[in-house]
Amino acid sequence: MTVVWIGIGGFLGAICRFLLSGWFNKKSRVGFPYGTLFVNLLGSFLLGLIMGIGVSSGTYSFLGIGFMGAFTTFSTFKLENIQLHGQKKATVSYWYLGSSYIGGLLLAFIGMWIGMK
Amino acid sequence: MKVLFVGIGGIIGSLLRYYTGVFTHTWWGSEFPLGTLLINLIGSFFLGWFTYRIIKRNVLHPAVATGIGTGIVGSFTTFSTFSVETVTLMKAQLWGFALLYVLVSAIGGLLMSWAGCKLGSQSAGKMKGGLPS
Repeated sequence: MTVVWIGIGGFLGAICRFLLSGWFNKKSRVGFPYGTLFVNLLGSFLLGLIMGIGVSSGTYSFLGIGFMGAFTTFSTFKLENIQLHGQKKATVSYWYLGSSYIGGLLLAFIGMWIGMK
Repeated sequence: MKVLFVGIGGIIGSLLRYYTGVFTHTWWGSEFPLGTLLINLIGSFFLGWFTYRIIKRNVLHPAVATGIGTGIVGSFTTFSTFSVETVTLMKAQLWGFALLYVLVSAIGGLLMSWAGCKLGSQSAGKMKGGLPS
């Protein structure tokens, strides 16, 4: 059953990331990948919240491993940084890296903290 | 059409991530989240290669290519688990592990992505800019 829950979560998470990040990236004029940043920060907060609340293993398979795992992405984040460097937009890349790591950790922490309250 | 392929890719990528994690867990006893690290590094390399070798050369139908790149690889790798695992290490006061995890993910991920792009573009000719579609 775990596998089925992960599969359904992964299906929905990937589609939500695709639609949301595509929409956000289109709005960006300076080439800053707001879409990927947005899904990664939101996903970090929500996964923290899920962990903090302490859900059942079935819910965790669906929401945590499936949905949030697929909703957020690491490979696209890295590729976008390499491409920003290729386009001589190193400053944009540094802001992107900094906001992703600092924001991701901070939001995961806040999510866990709220969840445990 | 693309949306459906991304969704199917999401199923495959998530299950691959789950099984890689389970497999890693059987032989790795440490608190250090090696599974996610390996997943993220391998995925970063593969997406770089795939983008320059396949997507930019239109080798596959765009919907299939998006299904593999954005769907499978995008869902295989994860940022939320990375964030939560790092915070969990910090809360357990495993500062060395937390620092190592962030540094290897940050620098190693960039290197792996760069190597993948390089390898993919070698045979694909001149490297083109632009964000992946």
